[in-house]
Amino acid sequence: MIESLSAPVQATLVVGAILVQAVALYVGYGILERVATPLIETMTKT
Amino acid sequence: MEVLGLSLTLLVLFVSFGFMVGVLFGFFGMGGSFLITPTLLLLDYPASVAIGSGLAFYFGTSVIAVLKHYDIGQVDYKLGAIMFVVLSIGIELGSRLVFGLEALGIANFVTGVAYVVLLAGIGALFLRRASNLEDDEDDAGDVSDDEIPPVGQKIQSYSVPPMISLTAGGRASLWTISGAGGSVGLVSGLIGVGGGFIRMPAIYYLIGTPLSAAVGTSLFAGLFSGAFGAFTYGMSGSVDLTVVSLLLVGSALGARIGSAATATVDEDDVIVYFGIMMVLASAGIALSELANWLGTGALDLVSVLLLVGSSFAVASMILYQVVRSGGTDEPDTQPAPDRGD
Repeated sequence: MIESLSAPVQATLVVGAILVQAVALYVGYGILERVATPLIETMTKT
Repeated sequence: MEVLGLSLTLLVLFVSFGFMVGVLFGFFGMGGSFLITPTLLLLDYPASVAIGSGLAFYFGTSVIAVLKHYDIGQVDYKLGAIMFVVLSIGIELGSRLVFGLEALGIANFVTGVAYVVLLAGIGALFLRRASNLEDDEDDAGDVSDDEIPPVGQKIQSYSVPPMISLTAGGRASLWTISGAGGSVGLVSGLIGVGGGFIRMPAIYYLIGTPLSAAVGTSLFAGLFSGAFGAFTYGMSGSVDLTVVSLLLVGSALGARIGSAATATVDEDDVIVYFGIMMVLASAGIALSELANWLGTGALDLVSVLLLVGSSFAVASMILYQVVRSGGTDEPDTQPAPDRGD
């Protein structure tokens, strides 16, 4: 589907997709870290 | 079985390789794009796709690096904006050169040779640093983050108009900025690296800004030039979004662990292995080029093992030390500033 778009639009979508993915990964892994860190600390202390 | 147009093996390879690259470069404060492009070349991706995807990966890691330091330290925005323009011109020229070389059928060879030299050079620098660790410790107290290096002061003393005032003090010729930024951009566009490992020293030594401003300004200019690089190669459909996405999924997680590992693992203990890894990666690409020249695929597996295997080995070493330390937080090193390569 993306191939039917003009080159500048395709390229903009590529940059936008990477930007959105990077932000989502940063936020997602940040939440995961907050949840996982206390769990790991509890497990290593017991 | 295929997922997202890739075999399951490749899919697992990209996510796990991204993770290991993330661990390594989160630990050493770099982006790691200079391992992505040669790996894609070894996996028989066309040079333009390997370079375009490498730059797109770099852009993704830059976004994450900037979010991590959202007040990215001291930034000289005027210098950053000029750097962005000249970096982009360099990237555009570099990409045109790649497409020209591809038309001549020698793009993979030229890019491969460039990586042999680049990775061997970085490896040699790290090995040298490892052998001089004691001297570095002695010297560490002598350099202030707010000082302009003597080389930079010397270059700034040559007044070739137009001169630009730098936020952190001093003036630099637009010609110096254009020369330094344009050259780094050309290298980025030609071989698909973010170039933070040359951009930051170029801003620090050639343009002459204090170290603290050089790191922030390099990250700022790198973010936008990374986006421009991804856009330039995206225009010709030379960015494999699936590959970049898989690498980023692994890398974003690995970078968090690598960055956190600096609190429990001493960089000095692993720096020598990182240097050896770079030299092995360089040898892997050299073997691949040799195999192509001999017209045999017999060395392909050895090349991939050297490049990917050595990265896995060193990243596993860091992870092993984190697990062995068992959460005993004894911060003996400060996290390296993210230069976003």
